[in-house]
Amino acid sequence: MSVQDFDKIFQDKIDNEIKIEPKDWMPDAYRKTNIRQISQHAHSEIVGMLPEGNWISRAPSLKRKAILIAKVQDEAGHGLYLYSACETLGITREETINDLHSGKAKYSSIFNYPTLTWADIGAIGWLVDGAAIMNQVMLTRTSYGPYARAMVRICKEESFHQRQGFESLLVLSRGTKEQKEMCQDAINRWWWPALMMFGPHDSESTNSEQSMKWKIKRKTNDELRQNFVDMCVDQVKVLEMKLPDEKLKWNEERQHYDFGEINWDEFWQVVKGNGPCNKQRLDARRKAWEEGEWVREAAAAHAEKRRVKPQTPKGALEAA
Amino acid sequence: MMKDFIRKFYYGDIPEEKGGNNNSPLGDGGKSDWPLWEVFIRSKQGLDHKHVGSLHATDAQMAIENARDVYTRRMEGVSIWVVESKHIHATKPEEAGELYEPAADKIYRHPTFYDLPDEVNQM
Repeated sequence: MSVQDFDKIFQDKIDNEIKIEPKDWMPDAYRKTNIRQISQHAHSEIVGMLPEGNWISRAPSLKRKAILIAKVQDEAGHGLYLYSACETLGITREETINDLHSGKAKYSSIFNYPTLTWADIGAIGWLVDGAAIMNQVMLTRTSYGPYARAMVRICKEESFHQRQGFESLLVLSRGTKEQKEMCQDAINRWWWPALMMFGPHDSESTNSEQSMKWKIKRKTNDELRQNFVDMCVDQVKVLEMKLPDEKLKWNEERQHYDFGEINWDEFWQVVKGNGPCNKQRLDARRKAWEEGEWVREAAAAHAEKRRVKPQTPKGALEAA
Repeated sequence: MMKDFIRKFYYGDIPEEKGGNNNSPLGDGGKSDWPLWEVFIRSKQGLDHKHVGSLHATDAQMAIENARDVYTRRMEGVSIWVVESKHIHATKPEEAGELYEPAADKIYRHPTFYDLPDEVNQM
């Protein structure tokens, strides 16, 4: 069989909705695209813990603190599911992490914006996690099996993230004048970056067409963005707040909301590393990695000691 | 010819005997990745353990503790198995034909193959 034959068998599987599993033949470009996308996604989960972690010690109540800790812990778990899915494609965890720390790998630009007030935590849950969910729900049907399975798991947990964020904003929106202003201010600052999360216009997106053919993606950037806008316009009414876009208007013909143009200069600046917090985020990641060195060494030493003088691990007997 | 196009990878999900990181984990003082473990969870009494994912850990105890933290935060399980990925042996996709096709033309092995009068209830 020639490589063309393999290619055809592969595409036939995709067209017939048969998932691709780790040991199946796949074109190198499919493998690379998935490695790139899944690892970016994993990095986003991990870096995404930073802006929120910033507020754990300053959450306004014990309840909010417990919720925020649970959410940040979830993000760590999501990172792990995704790193594991990525590894099935033949890249080691170490390589993936090194690519993040060296700046070679990208993560979602949204996390390069600062969290200035408590309301930002609510806005992140509602808008940022809301935008992420649009993408992730689509990805539960992606063609690569391990990625799709990780997404199913993530989506189950993600809904809590969005709801707690919206509820947190709801409390502020019914509070004092200052709280209302804080809520509106956070929405103003997070709205546009949230729209940017869906990536460039379809016409500008270099990866989109092939990814659709391979069913890695099933909706285009612009479709997902439109769905998100339509959803938020209704939700913001419940908050009695405004989305910061004068051009938002129902379009009867399209049966969608029209909205203003994203500031693409800002988008590309942040992607290229010139956002408000790019340096800070990567420094924080590297610092965490370096300062965890002794923990990794200690765990390795402990395991080695056990290997030399084995003990039955707790739970091993019941396993049989 | 096949060999030229099929690259093998030994990580995650359905690994082979060389799965996981390497055969002498931690030989380098833990500088590189820890061994890979596959995690299986029994969601409630009476059900099978089911594969849920994988993680890296230095030893079985750490693998179980991490699996608890990652895969059972919302009461998803009452029992956890972990097994180092390299110990799992698996069939290869290219053997699928010879392994599974012989079953395809034996429809008489299914109850629906047998057409019985309606009077024969519940059989």
